[in-house]
Amino acid sequence: MTLLSVSNLKTSYGKTNVLTGVSFHVDEGETYALVGESGSGKTTLIRAIAGLAPAQEGSILFQGHELRGLSDRKMRPFRKDISLMFQDPVGSLSPRLTVGGLITEPYRIQGMNNRDLNSEAIRLLEMVGLPADMAGRYPFQLSGGQARRVGVARALALEPKLLLADEPTAGLDVSVQGELLNLLNDLRDQLGLSMLIITHNLNIVRHVSDRMGIMYLGQLVEEGTTEDVFHHSKHPYTRALLSASPKPDPHAKMDRIILHGDPPSLLKRPSGCEFRSRCPFAKDICKETPEWNETHGHKVRCFIPLS
Amino acid sequence: MTAPLLQIDGVTIDYNTKKGNLHALRDISFDVNKGEIVGIVGESGCGKSTLISTILQLLPQNAEWKKGAINFKGKNLITSSEKEMRDMRGKDISVIFQDPMQSLNPVITIGRQMVDIQHRSTSPYAEKWQKAIEMLSMVGIADAETRLKQHPFEFSGGMLQRIAIAMALMSMPDLLIADEPTTALDATLEVEIIKRLKDLHKEMGCSILFISHHLGVIAELCQRVVVMYAGSVVEFGTVDEIFFNPKHPYTRRLIECDPGHIKERAKRLPTIPGEIPDLTEALEGCIFQERCSESIAKCKTATPPLVSLGQNHQAACWLNHNQEPE
Repeated sequence: MTLLSVSNLKTSYGKTNVLTGVSFHVDEGETYALVGESGSGKTTLIRAIAGLAPAQEGSILFQGHELRGLSDRKMRPFRKDISLMFQDPVGSLSPRLTVGGLITEPYRIQGMNNRDLNSEAIRLLEMVGLPADMAGRYPFQLSGGQARRVGVARALALEPKLLLADEPTAGLDVSVQGELLNLLNDLRDQLGLSMLIITHNLNIVRHVSDRMGIMYLGQLVEEGTTEDVFHHSKHPYTRALLSASPKPDPHAKMDRIILHGDPPSLLKRPSGCEFRSRCPFAKDICKETPEWNETHGHKVRCFIPLS
Repeated sequence: MTAPLLQIDGVTIDYNTKKGNLHALRDISFDVNKGEIVGIVGESGCGKSTLISTILQLLPQNAEWKKGAINFKGKNLITSSEKEMRDMRGKDISVIFQDPMQSLNPVITIGRQMVDIQHRSTSPYAEKWQKAIEMLSMVGIADAETRLKQHPFEFSGGMLQRIAIAMALMSMPDLLIADEPTTALDATLEVEIIKRLKDLHKEMGCSILFISHHLGVIAELCQRVVVMYAGSVVEFGTVDEIFFNPKHPYTRRLIECDPGHIKERAKRLPTIPGEIPDLTEALEGCIFQERCSESIAKCKTATPPLVSLGQNHQAACWLNHNQEPE
């Protein structure tokens, strides 16, 4: 069953076109990862889904309901089902509220005050593996990993159906990163959550997501099961990203595609295939705009896909 | 064999805090040879940044030097005067910081900043400007002449970091300290910076002290690696020894935890249970003991010394003593 279906979503700020037609869907119980570098529009996309960024065109269907263009008041009931974990773990927690106050705030906002908030706080803290006495602490007293867990507890307080996670492990040490990903995996199994994770860290994607999409300049360029994308990537950009990640092995043979130049400015998008300005394999045909090319659910937007 | 360029010998630094003395660095010893790239790897709070500040003698007011020496080109930096240090910073030792946006002045053009940094040179302005153009082209920024007239906000993060590298190398330093220079960058830009650093290192031959928490980057760039945990050096050796023959349980756990190491999809990722010990407390025994799955009785009572386990490999762990009695 499709839970979230985004089609041809477009967002622009003035003349800057940030998203230029993004389509993908997330099934129930599925984890979908969106991967891309800074400025590829990942955060804008996730915020548009949560109703925090504008979207001028396209549609966002959640369980069959159109979310695009809803007023704040009409959006509110959906916020119970769609929750968001922000990128900056400490910055997204109000410094004036205690941890207990923070993680029970969703109940107050949704008018669900009739329950025992203290015991809810303890239940949520336990769920994310934090001690109960943490409820009395303030955000500045937390470590980065603890602040992340508080963010998870708050996002899951209302038992959402879909969790949107913006760079859930950014800024965490490797050992703590593993703990957080294990926690997300466990909670997904326990609660039957669907997750949309955006990240630029390919190493973590492999262990959490079922399907993934690669974004470049506000558009998906490749999409498929995580297995397929990792082992049979077809788009040169995907291949470059996969090969860019340095391996913890001094003897690793680097069969690397090094991209030259920086990503182009969103105000000066290349014509035709937008990746051609950095693509080492670009040919004349790439001056045209490539369409999706699909085989067995593995889609790529490239004229000369790699084998 | 010539003497190492930088020799850190038993450096111990405390911070005076409200909670008491925080032992930020405990008996740190390692060396950097001329022309060598040495990596320092460790998680947040292990003392990487304090170590850099100690080398540069830029420690905050509440830092207290307990013991140790830092020899750089035959001079002890800890006993050097502020004037001597000023002469050395930016000339013999330069630094690249983590966030390029914050290490450049936003309201002054790149060109002006690149000329200003040559303040020690007596050559005329035009020559300094020419040097700036050369350096900028060297780090792969096209159209350097026009670019010099622009401000930092007109560059992308990757370009700014390359400019920071160009500025750090302008004085042809003997030692370049790179403090997580690729952490703020995307993967494709990260590999570009690493490649650029490697090329420049070949060309200029300076020593590099490269600080990172990213094992992949360390493996690719460095010749020798220092592994730090909670203010101590737990292991020091060549990249091959550290990655293929780690002799400290912390190094082994750290390598296991790196998701880049796990090829197949894992339902559960390995972690290191527990947290870094409270550094304000006087610790008995091995600092990693509480989180170590391999600890033995001795680990609780005595601090293991950093001992040599063959050429170019040192580790501080009692387990090694059982196998090879010293």
